[in-house]
Amino acid sequence: MEEVGKTILKLIPLVGDQLSEYAVLVFLIGAAPPLIFILLYALVTLYTEMKVSAHIQDRVAYMYTGYHGILQPVADILKLIQKEDTVPDSADKFLFRLAPYLVFIGTYAGFAVIPFSSAYMGSNIDLGAFYLIAASSIVVIGLLMSGWASNNKWSLLGAMRAAAQLVSYEIPTALAVLVAVMITGSLNLNEVSKFQDGGIQNWVVLGGPLPILQKILLIPFTLVTFFILFLAGMAEVNRTPFDLAEAESELVQGFNTEYSGMKFAIFYLAEYANMFLVSAVAVSLFLGGWSSPFGSFMSGPVWGVFWFIMKGMFFVFVQIWMRWTLPRLRVDQLMYTSWKVMTPFLFVCIFAVGLILVL
Amino acid sequence: MTEIQIYFNNIWLAVYTAMVGMRLTFLHLFTPAVTIQYPDVKLKLPERARNRLYVNIDDCIGCDQCSMACPVNCITIDTIKGTPDQDLGTTSTGNKKRLHVPVFDIDIAKCCYCGLCVYPCPTECIVMTDVYEFSEFDRKNLIYNYSSMTQAEVVTAKDKLRKYDEEQAAKKAAAAAAPKPAAPLVAPPKPESPPPA
Repeated sequence: MEEVGKTILKLIPLVGDQLSEYAVLVFLIGAAPPLIFILLYALVTLYTEMKVSAHIQDRVAYMYTGYHGILQPVADILKLIQKEDTVPDSADKFLFRLAPYLVFIGTYAGFAVIPFSSAYMGSNIDLGAFYLIAASSIVVIGLLMSGWASNNKWSLLGAMRAAAQLVSYEIPTALAVLVAVMITGSLNLNEVSKFQDGGIQNWVVLGGPLPILQKILLIPFTLVTFFILFLAGMAEVNRTPFDLAEAESELVQGFNTEYSGMKFAIFYLAEYANMFLVSAVAVSLFLGGWSSPFGSFMSGPVWGVFWFIMKGMFFVFVQIWMRWTLPRLRVDQLMYTSWKVMTPFLFVCIFAVGLILVL
Repeated sequence: MTEIQIYFNNIWLAVYTAMVGMRLTFLHLFTPAVTIQYPDVKLKLPERARNRLYVNIDDCIGCDQCSMACPVNCITIDTIKGTPDQDLGTTSTGNKKRLHVPVFDIDIAKCCYCGLCVYPCPTECIVMTDVYEFSEFDRKNLIYNYSSMTQAEVVTAKDKLRKYDEEQAAKKAAAAAAPKPAAPLVAPPKPESPPPA
């Protein structure tokens, strides 16, 4: 392992000299778990999405590859690896190739501050939630880049919509995060989760571990905030009912129309990873993160991972469920929802929560 | 309603109707699927379903009526007359067979499954079955040859017919050459008579 570290150091000419081999090793070990998690989770979610969508429509989905088609995601990945990776002739080839990785990096960077358990967190920085909102903005650049570089009107339209949508919905997201931060008093998501430890009654969505009067007054506002945070998160992931950026019926595939093979797969992976990321943010801010809903029962670092992934996956399921229920919003409805509904509601929530906390 | 009431009412409706929809889809999540997993499970076809044609060649009398009824000309029939001395047997419906059928080809790729060939058949030997899985990699394989005659049998039948025709022609010539009063005395050849050596 030490040699691997040294080799990697040589690849980073500028910073490499100042870091020790162990720093790289620690970095690798610290950064690897979310990636491994994302890859495994993407397989599971691919399967879940197909099965849930099928059963919602009274169909059965895959049945042949393995028991009830359980191996189909693997087959899908194999197919994508084999596929020809085309780059359009008139595309800006450098940006075209760069864009999917940038989208994935933006999502993956967000995982750095997600506390999977009380013992594991990619980077224990105090500005976690703030960093998360900043890092997820990289996704916008990637999407816009992919649309522009494709040199295709559908892609460009999709990318423009994606940029407009993501920029608009970052404001409700940030405001909703602010509400949780006001209650917990920390931007570090691990601290936020720790604050809510000790059972379901301590979760921020139910007022947090505050005096009973404050709790009861807080509940309506935290519930609304959680709801808005989740919806705004869904909009940031570009999924139905907010999938204007992809909008198959209007824009073919939106910003990733021209992508194929592994680049398309990376867009897909980024979308799924983003689904979990927004769920994880909502869970760690409002639903106790890794803490067990039964107080000290089934709690601890290992159970923490279990609870965190279970809660996250539940909201991933809700996203899938919503996707196959609701039709797509119109562009003006989307903007209306963000600027005229979510933002004013959150201003009210912030004001009210502030007042209640001062009490 | 005032504008502010409309605003809140719209938000309420958006949330409420979304919930109604989600409740519905959630219930459907647990209703049994309507999918029929086709190659494993097959639907029972209606009794008079029209699918692949089948010809029971033993019953065919070579009348060519099905071929003439076919709107897309997918049936090709060729026949050889049987000589009077041959017994080609009878069909299961009791009709006497008088013709050999060396060619009975159905190009099922052309067939439009109208069933018009089935009705004129006097012996009910061409029928539509319930078989619908007969895809092929080569289009040539979709031309079904129903004739049961081998090449040798075809040659024999043709030879026999030719000999018989020659004989008949010779007899006719002889009859024409013979004096007029003798003509009515010439008996027509009996079908039961043994074949000429």
